Amino acid sequence: MSKAERKENIISTALKLFAEKGFYVTTIPDIAAKVGMSVGNFYNYFSSKDILAKELILYISEYLGKHIREINEGEGSAKDKISAIVTFYFTMATERPEMIEYFLRIYLSNREVFGESCEGMVCVSPFITEMMIFFDDGVAGGELRDQDFFSAFGLFMGYLGGMVFLFGEKILPEPLSHYEASIAENIYRALKTV
Amino acid sequence: MPSRLYKPTLIWLQGVTCNGNTHSFLNLPYLPQLLERFEVLYHPLLPCTQSLAETAHCKRGCDVLVFEGAFDPEMERAGTTLKQLVGHYAGEAGHVIAAGSCASFGGIFKASAPNRNSGLAFAGEQPDGPLRGRVGKVINLSGCPVHPEWLGYALMSIADGRPVAVDQLGRPTALYRHMAHDGCLRNEYFEWKVDVEQFGRKEGCLFYEHGCRGPLTHASCNRTLWNGVSSKMRVGTPCFGCTEPDFPRRNLFETKTNMSIPEEVPVGVSKRAYLTMTGIAKSFKIKRLEERLIDDD
Repeated sequence: MSKAERKENIISTALKLFAEKGFYVTTIPDIAAKVGMSVGNFYNYFSSKDILAKELILYISEYLGKHIREINEGEGSAKDKISAIVTFYFTMATERPEMIEYFLRIYLSNREVFGESCEGMVCVSPFITEMMIFFDDGVAGGELRDQDFFSAFGLFMGYLGGMVFLFGEKILPEPLSHYEASIAENIYRALKTV
Repeated sequence: MPSRLYKPTLIWLQGVTCNGNTHSFLNLPYLPQLLERFEVLYHPLLPCTQSLAETAHCKRGCDVLVFEGAFDPEMERAGTTLKQLVGHYAGEAGHVIAAGSCASFGGIFKASAPNRNSGLAFAGEQPDGPLRGRVGKVINLSGCPVHPEWLGYALMSIADGRPVAVDQLGRPTALYRHMAHDGCLRNEYFEWKVDVEQFGRKEGCLFYEHGCRGPLTHASCNRTLWNGVSSKMRVGTPCFGCTEPDFPRRNLFETKTNMSIPEEVPVGVSKRAYLTMTGIAKSFKIKRLEERLIDDD
């Protein structure tokens, strides 16, 4: 296994452990044991739990950004792209729930861990940038209504985050995919020009 | 280098104009020395050897034609149409200078009468006007008005026999390769995305909300200051992009945004890269940049 693959393995293992047990309860020896390496070797990859925490949010943000960029650069209307983003997000939340869980439960709830060198948009920039490009293209193309960025962003991502949260709490009666079309429609109606 | 005894002849003609470029030129600190290098056959305000009527007879030519204002083919000067005047003098001259944005690209007069007015060789970015087929011959000194030092540079270069390299819009690269943003005293505010609170203040950047075109405008206003001391941004007014072919734009004091995202980003930067950088820069709150520079109120 190459060093890059081993790093990837640590990241996915840590994400799962943090999602299952919580950030503070999970220790570096827990992660090292699960990956199958010594604690000493682990520190060759990440020198502290806080640094690992920041790397994880960057990893997720880059993952989200990469996929939304593909949607942004593809063909289709803003309406089509909203559907594609909703589908991608819910697929990710279903297949790799630990990634969204980490974002919602650890990144957003434990800001003290991320404060220094991860202020504001620094660690989520790849993802936020793609959402900006999506909104900018939609307004420039005349399909979406011009409004404050955070009002639109909050509506879009807050809705998706809320649904994933309900899904994670096992409150939703149906799987996430059941809601994709109606949620995409709701978001489009809220954002489109009159 | 040509002999100092040889003085190129110069004629300054006006099209549809507010006289702004002539008035700007009068502020050139070394105007007397510059005029010594030319034989001024005609200028509407400066001492010259011919009257307008004599100039309009088109009996002789000139080495340098400076044209101020938009070109309107039917407009007359002393009974001769601009079409005839420009056709004659530009044909004779070794150098043609379009002084100001109207002569360069049509400017405000093209905006008000687009089917009638143009620049000498361009209407906006499109080749048009009486010299459209001779784009390489025209030195476009866009600006509303033209910076006197830019006109001084072009004329002195001609007097010295030095070639003036121009960009694809005919503007001298030595003057227009920079952006108006270069040398702006507010660049630190631009870097950290701190917007100005009100016009006229020394603090804050005018790009985000107040329509400043500095990072999108080819001009050296902040390198070669106006009257040696100032520029729009230095007194707290946004750059209006007056050297660009799309001048005048509408809503000069507003930055066009799509969901708070600037529609246009600095020249040479992709929007994606710009937004990434902006998002990160905005995350920092720098107290020093939030404060007044001088606590005088």
